[in-house]
Amino acid sequence: MANDFVRQMSLPGTSRARVPALRLDAVLCISILAVILLGLVVHYRDPATFQGQLVRMVLGFVVLVVVARIEPRRYLSWAPTIYGAALVLLLVVLLFGTTAKGSQRWIDLPGLPRFQPSELTKIALPLMLAWYFHDRRIPPRFRDLLVAFAITAAPVLLVVQQPDLGTGVLVAASGLAVVFLAGVSWRWLFGALALGVAATPVLWMSLRDYQQERIRTLFNPENDPLGAGWSIIQSTTAIGSGGLFGKGLRESTQSRLDFLPESSTDFIIAVIGEEWGFVGILFLLFLYLVILARGLHLATLAPNRFGRLLAGGLMLTFFAHVFVNIAMVCGLVPVVGVPLPLVSYGGTSALSVLIGCGIVMSIHTHRAGRR
Amino acid sequence: MEDHEIETRGFVTRAIFIFLVAAVLMLGLLARFVDLQILKHGIFSTRADENRIQVQPIASDRGLIYDRRGVLLADNRPIRTLAVVTERIADLDTAIGELASLVDISDDEIAGFRRRIEQPRRPYEPVALKVNLTDEEVARIRVNGHRWAGVEVDDENLRYYPLGSLMVHAVGSVRRISEDDLDTLDAVRYSGTKFVGRFGVEQFYERLLHGEVGYRHVEIDVRGRVLRKLEELGEEPAVAGQNLTLHLDSRLQTAAYAALGERRGAIVALDPRSGGILALVSSPGYDPNPFITGIPQEEYRLLEGSPDTPLFNRATRGTYAPGSTFKPIVALAGLTTGVTDWERTIIDTGEFRLPGQSRVYRDWSWTTTNSGGQGIVDLRKAIFRSSNVYFYQLGTRVGIDSLGEFASQFGFGSATALDVDAVEGVLPTRVWKKGARGEDWYLGDTVNMSIGQGHLLVTPLQLATSAMVIANRGRWVQPRLLLSSDTGLSGFDAPSPPQPVRGPTEQDWEMLIDAMEDVVHRGNQGFRENGTAWFYIGQDIGYRMAGKSGSAQVVEIRQGEEYDEEALDERERKHAWFIAFAPADDPRIALSVLVENGGGGSSVAAPVARKVIDAYLLPQYARL
Repeated sequence: MANDFVRQMSLPGTSRARVPALRLDAVLCISILAVILLGLVVHYRDPATFQGQLVRMVLGFVVLVVVARIEPRRYLSWAPTIYGAALVLLLVVLLFGTTAKGSQRWIDLPGLPRFQPSELTKIALPLMLAWYFHDRRIPPRFRDLLVAFAITAAPVLLVVQQPDLGTGVLVAASGLAVVFLAGVSWRWLFGALALGVAATPVLWMSLRDYQQERIRTLFNPENDPLGAGWSIIQSTTAIGSGGLFGKGLRESTQSRLDFLPESSTDFIIAVIGEEWGFVGILFLLFLYLVILARGLHLATLAPNRFGRLLAGGLMLTFFAHVFVNIAMVCGLVPVVGVPLPLVSYGGTSALSVLIGCGIVMSIHTHRAGRR
Repeated sequence: MEDHEIETRGFVTRAIFIFLVAAVLMLGLLARFVDLQILKHGIFSTRADENRIQVQPIASDRGLIYDRRGVLLADNRPIRTLAVVTERIADLDTAIGELASLVDISDDEIAGFRRRIEQPRRPYEPVALKVNLTDEEVARIRVNGHRWAGVEVDDENLRYYPLGSLMVHAVGSVRRISEDDLDTLDAVRYSGTKFVGRFGVEQFYERLLHGEVGYRHVEIDVRGRVLRKLEELGEEPAVAGQNLTLHLDSRLQTAAYAALGERRGAIVALDPRSGGILALVSSPGYDPNPFITGIPQEEYRLLEGSPDTPLFNRATRGTYAPGSTFKPIVALAGLTTGVTDWERTIIDTGEFRLPGQSRVYRDWSWTTTNSGGQGIVDLRKAIFRSSNVYFYQLGTRVGIDSLGEFASQFGFGSATALDVDAVEGVLPTRVWKKGARGEDWYLGDTVNMSIGQGHLLVTPLQLATSAMVIANRGRWVQPRLLLSSDTGLSGFDAPSPPQPVRGPTEQDWEMLIDAMEDVVHRGNQGFRENGTAWFYIGQDIGYRMAGKSGSAQVVEIRQGEEYDEEALDERERKHAWFIAFAPADDPRIALSVLVENGGGGSSVAAPVARKVIDAYLLPQYARL
């Protein structure tokens, strides 16, 4: 099926040398485009945001096409370099980064768009782990696992220092996803889970005041309605007032009247919930689940372990973002600065998601050549 | 190969497992959305509306005030004000700087703004930065308005007094509502109101003028800015306040103001038939309009610190000794108690002594070179020549108790006007003196009071009222400003008028008025036989005026010393008084004139009174 799509995309009768084949996957592309389109419709209420987002998405998709054409063996050979570069950039951002909203997350170079190195990490870490495991014994030995944890811990610690706890957790999750897929034994897995639960009080103590505050607010937003609880109160109000079918396009009073903060970025799903109602939310969640299912399916079809682990890790990273963002806007997890992939306004996040999907497609579409 | 397939199968198992975990998490999210959007939809829907919908008061239009001829005295002028909600602005200095680059804001306006934000006011109330914006300035602010959350252009109706300082003490004025006012004002009725009547008619008839507040539903954003009306949610229009028409005659007021000229003083003119206040002048006045738009500090200090006290309403709140204008009252008291009659004469040598006392009470005509005195004096002559000695004798024989009780019938010592915030002055009694001064009443006090000096203190309004009661031959009407309102006078139950003055016979009234006419009209009779005011106003007068002059001492002149006007500081000279009414047999106007430190009542105050009455009665000044 996917090969049919590739064939259709390469114009019949023209030379392959002149018009390179698009190494894309139809199902994944269509569902990604559907989500992007849905996001653009929401952004349409503000012309400036809409145009900016449109340009970013077009550019991002071009990058996806380019990334998908690169052979997976190249990713394999670049993996340590990319991982190293990501670590260096995280160090740079800690030392020289631009501060926004109390934490240093951005690198602001003159003449270049601002970007967040932590986003690059979301690609680099699964890449590095897939590289590490690709020629090891499977299931991994204990020593290999320790190395894998070290590879994961290095960027996670740097991100947490910024401080950006939310992204740190997500980066850690993407690393653990690869380790899980690599075949760590179930016994160890549940053991680690139990250990994590036991360590919760220690973790709590190590959190910064504002991070603790966010978690407390989560369980009782009404305690601080004008401060930390404001976002959650307003987002749940927006979603709840949308009802089954929503208030209609551009009828979100909560965002139009600025009650809802960050309504174009992190909290955009509240706008969707208010304008499109439960039906819209259902549709969006379905699309995300389709992307995940298709991505995981492509991963199982990968010809080698590197491809499998990388594709699977990238897709799980993507899903973790979706889940954390939506859960946070709904008031189920603390408010952390995580955008909704492919929908929230912003370039870096969308780019890392599209690059990830591009790599997944590359792995899939190049498998015939590898065989 | 075998290994590879085992590994692939293991991976597929794990992929399916983790997909199922993801699907379960998604279902968890969906459950949350079901909870929010379907089960609790009603709650959140209400909450979203409460967020954005606000009930906004609609200010009522304040009632207008007209004079008796329909001349507008208090108007509402729509203006647009650049206002700032300081609570919503983080960096006030920067915001003001940026605003000043858009519209021309003077340093004075900024200083005034800074003063206003220091003053107590309602929280979140916009504070005016610049009033009276032009269309162009409004456009410039609106275009850039998104840059500041707390900057607004307010449309408001500002009180405007077209006649400025001319009417300020007659009509009063409004002031911006302060936090202190909020304790006394009804929070709901005044929720849309920024000004409240603080003086005069504006204060007294506040309830009528204010009207009823309305409300509407509006949609607001998170900063509280109103975005649009929500007509479907209903609105209640405001009810405008009532328009008032006053007895005041702005033409007469202008004439009275002009007659005083640059001098400090007061004039109150009444219509004896209705009690209507035709003119009420306290000079100097001040322009109330800058107080409404925001008066520069400098200007305010000048007004407040001026020795001429322009902010002070002399006509209703200034108290002075009435001097000889009190003599007609003493005369009537003497007739009523039977102490004197119209035939009885005395020989006025210019001096009066109480039995057993060495202190000499003198006539006004006394100088160090001339003992003065008016010769043979009966009551009529005692009035038109203003003989002190006659009244010294008469007053002491009537006695303080009878004199005080009789004088109280003319409104002395009480505030009789219906709708004027006036002070009561002092009509001294034995009890009063014991309480106020801790001293017994001495006969010498009665001597002084007989010629309107000493402890007796009256306002120009009270003296005009007494002239009116005389003009009415003892019949009472209370002075009043309100002539009519849109809906009559509901809610203001006028107290029943005082009883007519008891005692004097009809003949006593006519004889008294004859004597007061002599004050003005008796001339060419020779030494000590002309009315005191004849020389100054009586020689060419075209109607019959009854009057009485008075000169009230400001500082005590020591025994044996002469009152030398030239030698005294301007502020220590006598206050000049004149009361009058005309035409004498059918009075249409009664008034009092006070010229502070003016000197002689006949020479200074009487000509002012003549000008005012001329303006009211003479055909060349007749109705338009």
